[in-house]
Amino acid sequence: MSSNKKYWKSVEELNENSSIVEALKQNEFVEEIPTDEFLGNKDLGASSTTRRDFLKYVGFSTAAATLAACEGPVIKSIPYVVQPEEIIPGVANYYATTIADGYDFASVLVKTREGRPIKIQRNTLAKANGGANARVNASVLGLYDSLRVQSPRKEGSPISWEELDADVIQKLNSLKDSGKDVVLLTQTFASPSTSRLIAEFKEKYGNVRHVVYDAVSESATLDAYQAKYGERALPNYDFSKAETIVSIGADFLGNWQGGGFDSGYSKSRVPQNGKMSRHIQFESNMSLTGANADKRVPLTPSEQKMALAKLYSYVVGGSVSGSLPEAIDEAVKKAASQLKRAGSKGVVVTGIQDVNAQTVVLEINDYLNSQVFDKSTPIKSRQGSDKAVMDLISDMKAGKIGAIIMSGVNPIYTLPNASDFAEGLKNTELSVAFSMKEDETSSETQYIAAAPHYLESWGDAEIKKGHYSLTQPTIRPLFNTRQFQEALLKWTGNDMSYHDYIKDTWGTGILNGSSFNQALHDGVFVGAIATETEDTTAAIENAEMPSGDAARALAASVKPSALELTLYTKIGMGDGQQANNPWLQEFPDPITRTSWDNYLTVSKFDADALDLVNTHVSNGALNGSYANVTVNGTTLKVPVIIQPGQAKGSVGLALGYGRTAKGIKDEMKTGVNAYKLYQNFNPIQDVTVELASGEHEFACIQLQNTMAGRADIIKETTLEIFNTKDKEHWNEKEGVSYDHQEIPTSDKNADIWVGYDTSIGHHFNLSIDLNACTGCGACVIACHSENNVPVVGKREVRKFRDMHWLRIDRYYSSNDTFKEEQEDLENLGAFEPYSKVERQSYENPEVAFQPVMCQHCNHAPCETVCPVAATSHGRQGQNHMAYNRCVGTRYCANNCPYKVRRFNWFLYNENDEFDYYMNDDLGRMVLNPDVVVRSRGVMEKCSMCIQMTQKTILDAKRDGREVKDGEFQTACSAACNNGAMVFGDVNNKDSKIVEMVQDDRMYHLLESVGTKPNVMYQVKVKNTTES
Amino acid sequence: MRQVTHCRLNTSILCLGLIILLAFSTSLSAQEGDPAKGKTLFNANCAACHQLDKKMTGPALRNIEERIANDAGLGREWIYDWVHNSAGVIKSGDAYANKIYNENGQTAMTAFPQLSNADIDDILAYTAQEKPAPAVAQTTATTTTQKTDGSSISNNIILGALAILFLLLASGLYLVNKTLRRFAAAKDIELPETQRTPLWKAFAQNQFLVLVTVIFLMLASAYYVYGYMMQIGVDQGYQPVQPIHFSHKIHAGDNGIDCKYCHSSARVSKTSGIPSLNVCMNCHKSIYEYKGETSLEYTKEFYDGEIKKLYAAAGWDDAQQKYTGESQPVKWVRIHNLPDFVYFNHSQHVTVAGVECQTCHGPVQEMEVVSQFAPLTMGWCINCHRTTNVNMKDNGYYKKIHEELSKKYGVEELTEAQMGGLECGKCHY
Repeated sequence: MSSNKKYWKSVEELNENSSIVEALKQNEFVEEIPTDEFLGNKDLGASSTTRRDFLKYVGFSTAAATLAACEGPVIKSIPYVVQPEEIIPGVANYYATTIADGYDFASVLVKTREGRPIKIQRNTLAKANGGANARVNASVLGLYDSLRVQSPRKEGSPISWEELDADVIQKLNSLKDSGKDVVLLTQTFASPSTSRLIAEFKEKYGNVRHVVYDAVSESATLDAYQAKYGERALPNYDFSKAETIVSIGADFLGNWQGGGFDSGYSKSRVPQNGKMSRHIQFESNMSLTGANADKRVPLTPSEQKMALAKLYSYVVGGSVSGSLPEAIDEAVKKAASQLKRAGSKGVVVTGIQDVNAQTVVLEINDYLNSQVFDKSTPIKSRQGSDKAVMDLISDMKAGKIGAIIMSGVNPIYTLPNASDFAEGLKNTELSVAFSMKEDETSSETQYIAAAPHYLESWGDAEIKKGHYSLTQPTIRPLFNTRQFQEALLKWTGNDMSYHDYIKDTWGTGILNGSSFNQALHDGVFVGAIATETEDTTAAIENAEMPSGDAARALAASVKPSALELTLYTKIGMGDGQQANNPWLQEFPDPITRTSWDNYLTVSKFDADALDLVNTHVSNGALNGSYANVTVNGTTLKVPVIIQPGQAKGSVGLALGYGRTAKGIKDEMKTGVNAYKLYQNFNPIQDVTVELASGEHEFACIQLQNTMAGRADIIKETTLEIFNTKDKEHWNEKEGVSYDHQEIPTSDKNADIWVGYDTSIGHHFNLSIDLNACTGCGACVIACHSENNVPVVGKREVRKFRDMHWLRIDRYYSSNDTFKEEQEDLENLGAFEPYSKVERQSYENPEVAFQPVMCQHCNHAPCETVCPVAATSHGRQGQNHMAYNRCVGTRYCANNCPYKVRRFNWFLYNENDEFDYYMNDDLGRMVLNPDVVVRSRGVMEKCSMCIQMTQKTILDAKRDGREVKDGEFQTACSAACNNGAMVFGDVNNKDSKIVEMVQDDRMYHLLESVGTKPNVMYQVKVKNTTES
Repeated sequence: MRQVTHCRLNTSILCLGLIILLAFSTSLSAQEGDPAKGKTLFNANCAACHQLDKKMTGPALRNIEERIANDAGLGREWIYDWVHNSAGVIKSGDAYANKIYNENGQTAMTAFPQLSNADIDDILAYTAQEKPAPAVAQTTATTTTQKTDGSSISNNIILGALAILFLLLASGLYLVNKTLRRFAAAKDIELPETQRTPLWKAFAQNQFLVLVTVIFLMLASAYYVYGYMMQIGVDQGYQPVQPIHFSHKIHAGDNGIDCKYCHSSARVSKTSGIPSLNVCMNCHKSIYEYKGETSLEYTKEFYDGEIKKLYAAAGWDDAQQKYTGESQPVKWVRIHNLPDFVYFNHSQHVTVAGVECQTCHGPVQEMEVVSQFAPLTMGWCINCHRTTNVNMKDNGYYKKIHEELSKKYGVEELTEAQMGGLECGKCHY
């Protein structure tokens, strides 16, 4: 045992008397096969069909089916008339492009087959532009959304672009001298060409106002940065250089400031030469970042502000009024001293949306002279201004706005005061929404200008200052769409295509003589000179804020309240613009492991006080109370999840759910719209919560696959032990008993298997570094899209029939406190409440993530039990699964110690019961043609992306060369932005994977079972050293 | 094949023959060329853009010399100049040259400086030949049919004769028997009336025999039923009618076009690819009629009709020699259908292993209508993987693996099975 921690996956497990946990430990498939349901049917006796008749029917239909099967269908093949030169059927083409949808900005590589984009990968040439997160990986599905608007519309009926142009231009001209404003309300484009274009548009029509609106505002940070550094941008941090990271409410491994900080963070987290960074997190909700922290301090949002002010005073000096609970104050002091010791390698970040708080952070980092804080490349992917949006709404209501043209925004969904906006919209003479969907806003406008998906568009972006990237179409537009920029070009009377316009912009301002085609090929270009971006905000008053004032102002602004709500965005759903994406809906939240929902996260303490409960029904599925959540008179009825680690006195709720628009399938209209509570663009709100009637059914896979008492599934240690003790101490290999002696599993006596000779050719291994893995889930979606994994829907997920080949297990653990609790428990009086001793576990558990897929055991238990040999071993180490051979006995799943096999309970494609992307022709275009779509009744599982390794081998064979290290990839390892997953051939002695095999931290999952897996893990090391 | 390639190289040629100045065909200066040699030269150099009797990229060339002489009064010298450097002639402002240039869509003819005047004479001699009367040739087909008929008739005769012989024998024996009985009756010899149990009864009474027979019959029927069942879904011999009668026999057989010229993606892709229509048009722009062997069923008119179908599909206006832009993709009927759950990659077999197309697809070059040659069953795949040695020569990828594996198995040549080619996951994923 590496530590004396107890791990648990759900709150229910802490309850020793829970029959559910006991039942789940015993059963592989949570549900009994419901034989009683049909055998117990009393009506059967009344049926006129006798048993003999039934058998006759069966016999006849079998014979008929057999006869019918004798005739094969006629399959047509239709070749091109003129085959494009670059397309070879059966060979994938890759194009570098950029997603810039206003929320996610990333340089990506798009895999296309026969002209269809089928997969998004990260662009490894783009060093600075972050990685592709789960949403970016999933964005390809949006292209094939069957509910897209297929042509421009006027008042709901289709019109032509010419008519739209004529109407708009005529209206714009008539508004010129009316004194009313024309407003362009857009997402953040961060696009040099679009900025130039909008400036030209302004010039042509004069009275134009450009308002940038970010649904999830970073306005306070932008204001603070602009005040201090004179540029409207977000501060950039390179966490790879950090030694001490103090975060106060910043979910920087999630969506904070547009995300993309995780790859740098992970670099500093892997212990090298006995050193790794230390990460201290102060937060209210249990976020992905808090889950990864070495030390997590739960505190309410108002305490966060105070803690930040105190931190300032402890680090920089000066004093602030106000006080903190002693334990927290102690933690802040320790954090401060560690920061000071780290000096320029320390950094503070915060997610508090308050100009003072952000200013304080900038000042602390300045004071520390932090190298982590990268001033040369501020982030441009958020430009919005709360004030400008507020002004716009009041102007619209006052009838001062003549025309509004929107692109990439959905204010009626995302604004808290959406009704004001809708009212204002009616006062405008012209309203146009560029939208892919008939969404909440576009269905209220006069015109819907059908917009293309980013994979059908041209574009450019300057995501970080000086780091440019290009968007290019990877498919001909599927529908009669036109992008916003093309329309602006038309409306300004410019005959250029947007493609030429971008070329022109880049040629004059950016490329500085470099080749445009090269930049297009790479997708990214690092420029020497930064372009001027358009200033869209009113100048910030009192630009100079003297040092210390901000901290004092911050401390003074603290108004504690009984219960504070923190609105956050999930790593899966983000701001909700991809709500119609079934991959993202089914993507389980890394922390709560709940899919298809948002919910109020409540601490155990508050839940008890408010009578809110979570219960598990007999099959282990989770139910929760509803609560009425009221902010400033707005009430939402929200289901409740009791979240370990949630700070007492705080609750959390995710934005991005509760879509109601026509352009969203009914199945995806999940959750509640928390934007209604996002008042004044402040994610922190005073709130009252009370129990409401009813019980909500969650699709939570939390309790499934318990550890069944095997405590060393996940191995953790501390940096101190890691540095000072032998590896046998912290990475103990479980042995097996032989002749009453414990022998290691590598001993030949421990083994009754006839081994496979894997020494010749390739032998694939996958290493997963638990230190580098943040649990972000990009790999889950990448696996989904590479391997045609079906979406099963909320009802089925609730029955634990999710099909994810790769899951990321989340374990809570309680360290030393747990021992004490156990002792307390032993001394506990018979009638005293159990909750008395378990509190610590709820209050602040540690969290660990562990991606688990098929472990590809060399001694695979599944292979030996298959009666039809459908699963078998390959010499390259992969555990093969021949779907066509499988008869669905599910013995293999029962015998798998890792519970990674997935059974197709239904036909998930072309089945109206599962009306997701695989049920329509458009959605099926995303399927990977190299991987079979499984049918009902067969078992499936991770194949270690054998189609990818085989392709790599074939390419090498065709070229007549050996395979180079790094060429072998799986979808998950290629998607990992953090370098947590390393895949390779262990028979290639120079490869990185061999290093990983020999690493001291390496261990196999359930070593003592003796399965000899080809997937390995690296022990998680936490830097718990307090100073 | 060589002609075809050449065609593509010289697409922009304008009229070789236009060239031909005419002048006086009877003129003293005109040397008589060799039409046979001219034909060869014509096919090698001019046929890409010119036909004798039909305007293509360039004008028709039958009797071109005479025509030029009649139209413009130009002589052979002008033709020499034109062929050697048509652009030059046009540039020089020559009225007739410019007229031709404009008439033919301002496509300049490729210059042929390599053709000597004598060569041009030969070509002109060839173009001056009279158009041959269409040949009537159907005798071959009839003879073949007769031949096959003949052989079956002779078989029938032999069988018939044998049958008669047996009948004669049987009746002979019956008569002998009858005569003997009559003699016996006449001589009052009593024939013993043996009460023999009939054979079927004896058989039915012998339980052992019944059991054995039943078992035998059951095994036999099981064998045949199994055999029949195993044929379900196996479409060996599947020979659907295609929307355009494309004869692989003419293309790959008679004309010897390499399979991979049209099915080029077989080299690099998992699919061999059905050639797109622009590949067809590479050659069929100039090949507008069929000139090869015909038969009763497949006449020249039939084949020409199929080429017309191609033109309609590709949107090629043969008269105007240009694309109309109204194309209609061809819906071919797919012959070789592998189920979804098996992955097959052509390039692995064609490029890496160097397997001939015919190994799996059969003698396609002899098929007038293509049919599925191989059963495409898993057993068939596996058999080949068991018996075929992997082509590892000069392939850097195999160097190390070959060394190690040949040491392990103690053989020099390795089969695909020894390479791991029988593993389920190599084809099923």
